[in-house]
Amino acid sequence: MTVKLLYFAWVREATGVGEEEVTLPPEVTTVGELMAWLKSRGAGYESAFARAPVIRAAIDRAHARPETPIAGAREIAFFPPVTGG
Amino acid sequence: MIRVQAEDFDIGKEVEALLGGRTDIGAVVTFTGRVRDHAGGERIAEMVLEHYPGMTEAELARVEEEARARWPLQASLVIHRFGRLRPGENIVLVVTAAEHRGDAFAAAEFLMDYLKTSAPFWKKETTGEGAARWVEARESDDAARARWEGERK
Repeated sequence: MTVKLLYFAWVREATGVGEEEVTLPPEVTTVGELMAWLKSRGAGYESAFARAPVIRAAIDRAHARPETPIAGAREIAFFPPVTGG
Repeated sequence: MIRVQAEDFDIGKEVEALLGGRTDIGAVVTFTGRVRDHAGGERIAEMVLEHYPGMTEAELARVEEEARARWPLQASLVIHRFGRLRPGENIVLVVTAAEHRGDAFAAAEFLMDYLKTSAPFWKKETTGEGAARWVEARESDDAARARWEGERK
Protein backbone atom coordinates (compact mmCIF):
# COMPACT_ATOMS: atom_id res chain seq x y z
CA MET A 1 0.00 0.00 0.00
CA THR A 2 1.31 3.44 -0.95
CA VAL A 3 0.28 6.40 1.15
CA LYS A 4 1.16 10.06 1.52
CA LEU A 5 2.60 10.93 4.94
CA LEU A 6 2.61 14.44 6.36
CA TYR A 7 4.50 15.73 9.40
CA PHE A 8 3.89 18.94 11.29
CA ALA A 9 5.58 21.14 13.92
CA TRP A 10 8.33 19.37 15.90
CA VAL A 11 7.55 16.03 14.27
CA ARG A 12 8.38 17.65 10.91
CA GLU A 13 11.51 19.27 12.33
CA ALA A 14 12.74 15.97 13.79
CA THR A 15 12.11 13.86 10.68
CA GLY A 16 13.40 16.64 8.44
CA VAL A 17 10.53 15.93 6.03
CA GLY A 18 7.24 17.77 5.48
CA GLU A 19 5.62 15.17 3.29
CA GLU A 20 6.53 12.00 1.43
CA GLU A 21 5.03 9.04 -0.40
CA VAL A 22 5.84 5.68 1.14
CA THR A 23 5.05 2.07 0.32
CA LEU A 24 4.11 0.21 3.47
CA PRO A 25 4.79 -3.44 4.19
CA PRO A 26 1.58 -5.48 4.59
CA GLU A 27 2.15 -6.11 8.30
CA VAL A 28 1.66 -2.39 9.04
CA THR A 29 -2.11 -2.16 9.54
CA THR A 30 -2.76 0.47 12.23
CA VAL A 31 -1.62 4.00 13.10
CA GLY A 32 0.38 2.65 16.04
CA GLU A 33 2.12 0.05 13.89
CA LEU A 34 2.91 2.72 11.32
CA MET A 35 4.55 4.88 14.00
CA ALA A 36 6.67 1.92 15.13
CA TRP A 37 7.65 1.21 11.51
CA LEU A 38 8.54 4.87 10.86
CA LYS A 39 10.79 4.88 13.93
CA SER A 40 13.14 2.48 12.16
CA ARG A 41 13.62 4.73 9.11
CA GLY A 42 16.58 6.76 10.41
CA ALA A 43 17.86 8.91 13.23
CA GLY A 44 15.42 11.78 12.63
CA TYR A 45 12.41 9.45 12.60
CA GLU A 46 13.73 7.65 15.63
CA SER A 47 14.01 10.84 17.65
CA ALA A 48 10.56 12.03 16.51
CA PHE A 49 8.75 8.76 17.17
CA ALA A 50 10.58 8.15 20.45
CA ARG A 51 7.81 10.48 21.63
CA ALA A 52 5.12 8.35 19.95
CA PRO A 53 2.84 8.31 23.02
CA VAL A 54 2.26 12.07 22.68
CA ILE A 55 2.18 12.20 18.87
CA ARG A 56 -1.30 12.54 17.36
CA ALA A 57 -2.37 11.29 13.96
CA ALA A 58 -4.99 12.02 11.34
CA ILE A 59 -6.18 9.80 8.52
CA ASP A 60 -7.51 11.63 5.48
CA ARG A 61 -7.79 14.81 7.58
CA ALA A 62 -9.77 13.32 10.47
CA HIS A 63 -8.30 12.60 13.92
CA ALA A 64 -7.26 8.98 14.41
CA ARG A 65 -6.04 6.86 17.32
CA PRO A 66 -3.13 4.38 17.56
CA GLU A 67 -5.53 1.46 17.09
CA THR A 68 -7.24 3.01 14.04
CA PRO A 69 -6.78 0.81 10.92
CA ILE A 70 -5.01 2.50 8.02
CA ALA A 71 -6.42 0.35 5.21
CA GLY A 72 -7.58 2.55 2.34
CA ALA A 73 -5.97 5.72 3.71
CA ARG A 74 -4.67 8.19 1.14
CA GLU A 75 -3.07 10.68 3.53
CA ILE A 76 -1.82 10.11 7.08
CA ALA A 77 -0.48 12.98 9.18
CA PHE A 78 1.57 12.98 12.39
CA PHE A 79 1.79 15.98 14.69
CA PRO A 80 2.09 17.12 18.32
CA PRO A 81 -1.00 17.88 20.44
CA VAL A 82 -2.58 20.98 18.91
CA THR A 83 -1.98 24.45 20.39
CA GLY A 84 -4.14 26.84 18.37
CA GLY A 85 -6.75 29.31 19.55
CA MET B 1 -18.92 30.26 8.52
CA ILE B 2 -15.25 29.54 8.97
CA ARG B 3 -12.12 31.15 7.55
CA VAL B 4 -8.41 30.36 7.84
CA GLN B 5 -6.17 33.21 6.76
CA ALA B 6 -2.81 34.90 7.21
CA GLU B 7 -4.30 38.42 7.17
CA ASP B 8 -5.65 40.26 10.18
CA PHE B 9 -9.40 40.77 10.63
CA ASP B 10 -11.49 43.77 11.66
CA ILE B 11 -13.83 42.62 14.41
CA GLY B 12 -16.43 45.36 13.84
CA LYS B 13 -16.61 44.76 10.11
CA GLU B 14 -16.82 40.99 10.55
CA VAL B 15 -19.71 41.28 13.00
CA GLU B 16 -21.55 43.73 10.77
CA ALA B 17 -21.12 41.48 7.72
CA LEU B 18 -22.24 38.42 9.68
CA LEU B 19 -25.40 40.05 11.02
CA GLY B 20 -26.17 41.64 7.66
CA GLY B 21 -28.80 44.04 9.03
CA ARG B 22 -30.90 41.26 10.57
CA THR B 23 -33.29 42.47 13.26
CA ASP B 24 -34.28 39.11 14.77
CA ILE B 25 -30.96 38.63 16.60
CA GLY B 26 -30.98 39.61 20.28
CA ALA B 27 -27.51 38.60 21.43
CA VAL B 28 -24.07 38.66 19.81
CA VAL B 29 -20.97 37.36 21.59
CA THR B 30 -17.50 37.93 20.18
CA PHE B 31 -14.33 36.35 21.51
CA THR B 32 -10.91 37.43 20.26
CA GLY B 33 -7.71 35.53 21.06
CA ARG B 34 -4.52 37.62 20.85
CA VAL B 35 -0.78 37.04 21.04
CA ARG B 36 0.53 37.74 24.58
CA ASP B 37 3.90 39.46 25.04
CA HIS B 38 4.96 37.03 27.77
CA ALA B 39 4.88 33.33 28.64
CA GLY B 40 6.26 31.59 31.70
CA GLY B 41 7.93 34.79 32.94
CA GLU B 42 9.70 35.41 29.62
CA ARG B 43 9.14 38.09 27.03
CA ILE B 44 7.76 36.82 23.73
CA ALA B 45 9.02 38.61 20.62
CA GLU B 46 6.90 36.77 18.06
CA MET B 47 5.00 33.62 17.30
CA VAL B 48 4.62 31.48 14.19
CA LEU B 49 1.40 29.53 13.79
CA GLU B 50 1.68 26.43 11.60
CA HIS B 51 -1.41 24.54 10.48
CA TYR B 52 -2.54 21.61 8.35
CA PRO B 53 -4.24 23.12 5.30
CA GLY B 54 -7.35 21.17 4.44
CA MET B 55 -7.75 19.48 7.79
CA THR B 56 -7.87 22.83 9.60
CA GLU B 57 -10.88 23.94 7.58
CA ALA B 58 -12.53 20.53 7.96
CA GLU B 59 -12.05 20.51 11.77
CA LEU B 60 -13.28 24.08 12.23
CA ALA B 61 -16.36 23.31 10.12
CA ARG B 62 -17.02 20.18 12.20
CA VAL B 63 -16.74 22.14 15.45
CA GLU B 64 -19.05 24.85 14.15
CA GLU B 65 -21.58 22.26 13.00
CA GLU B 66 -21.49 20.66 16.46
CA ALA B 67 -22.12 24.05 18.11
CA ARG B 68 -25.04 24.73 15.82
CA ALA B 69 -26.50 21.32 16.62
CA ARG B 70 -26.32 22.09 20.36
CA TRP B 71 -27.54 25.69 20.48
CA PRO B 72 -30.11 27.58 18.41
CA LEU B 73 -27.62 29.96 16.80
CA GLN B 74 -28.82 32.45 14.24
CA ALA B 75 -25.32 33.06 12.90
CA SER B 76 -21.77 32.03 13.71
CA LEU B 77 -18.27 32.80 12.50
CA VAL B 78 -14.81 31.44 13.26
CA ILE B 79 -11.70 33.09 11.80
CA HIS B 80 -8.27 31.67 12.66
CA ARG B 81 -4.99 33.17 11.47
CA PHE B 82 -1.74 31.42 10.67
CA GLY B 83 1.82 32.57 9.94
CA ARG B 84 4.04 35.04 11.77
CA LEU B 85 2.30 37.06 14.51
CA ARG B 86 3.56 39.64 16.98
CA PRO B 87 2.35 40.44 20.52
CA GLY B 88 -0.93 42.31 20.46
CA GLU B 89 -1.99 40.83 17.12
CA ASN B 90 -5.24 38.93 16.72
CA ILE B 91 -5.08 35.13 16.42
CA VAL B 92 -8.67 33.95 16.46
CA LEU B 93 -12.18 35.39 16.31
CA VAL B 94 -15.36 33.59 17.34
CA VAL B 95 -18.73 35.25 16.88
CA THR B 96 -22.03 33.69 17.89
CA ALA B 97 -25.48 35.21 17.48
CA ALA B 98 -28.70 33.98 19.05
CA GLU B 99 -32.03 35.29 20.27
CA HIS B 100 -30.81 35.21 23.88
CA ARG B 101 -27.42 35.69 25.50
CA GLY B 102 -27.21 32.32 27.27
CA ASP B 103 -27.01 30.39 24.02
CA ALA B 104 -24.59 32.88 22.44
CA PHE B 105 -22.21 32.83 25.46
CA ALA B 106 -22.25 29.05 25.82
CA ALA B 107 -21.75 28.40 22.11
CA ALA B 108 -18.82 30.83 21.91
CA GLU B 109 -17.10 29.15 24.84
CA PHE B 110 -17.79 25.71 23.39
CA LEU B 111 -16.36 26.72 20.02
CA MET B 112 -13.15 27.97 21.64
CA ASP B 113 -12.78 24.92 23.91
CA TYR B 114 -13.27 22.57 20.98
CA LEU B 115 -11.12 24.37 18.44
CA LYS B 116 -8.25 24.65 20.92
CA THR B 117 -8.16 20.88 21.33
CA SER B 118 -9.02 19.70 17.82
CA ALA B 119 -8.06 22.24 15.13
CA PRO B 120 -4.58 21.36 13.79
CA PHE B 121 -2.62 24.49 14.68
CA TRP B 122 0.78 24.62 16.38
CA LYS B 123 2.39 27.68 17.93
CA LYS B 124 6.12 28.27 17.98
CA GLU B 125 7.21 31.16 20.17
CA THR B 126 10.41 33.15 19.93
CA THR B 127 11.52 34.76 23.18
CA GLY B 128 13.12 38.18 23.56
CA GLU B 129 16.50 36.40 23.70
CA GLY B 130 15.84 34.77 20.33
CA ALA B 131 15.16 31.23 21.57
CA ALA B 132 12.40 29.46 19.61
CA ARG B 133 10.28 26.70 21.13
CA TRP B 134 7.04 24.89 20.40
CA VAL B 135 4.23 25.75 22.80
CA GLU B 136 3.15 22.70 24.84
CA ALA B 137 -0.51 21.69 24.92
CA ARG B 138 -2.17 22.40 28.27
CA GLU B 139 -4.12 19.90 30.33
CA SER B 140 -6.45 22.73 31.32
CA ASP B 141 -7.56 22.95 27.67
CA ASP B 142 -8.45 19.24 27.66
CA ALA B 143 -10.34 19.74 30.92
CA ALA B 144 -12.22 22.70 29.43
CA ARG B 145 -13.28 20.55 26.49
CA ALA B 146 -14.23 17.63 28.73
CA ARG B 147 -16.81 19.80 30.52
CA TRP B 148 -18.98 19.67 27.41
CA GLU B 149 -18.69 15.94 26.77
CA GLY B 150 -21.18 14.96 29.44
CA GLU B 151 -23.91 17.32 28.32
CA ARG B 152 -24.62 16.47 24.72
CA LYS B 153 -28.05 17.68 23.72
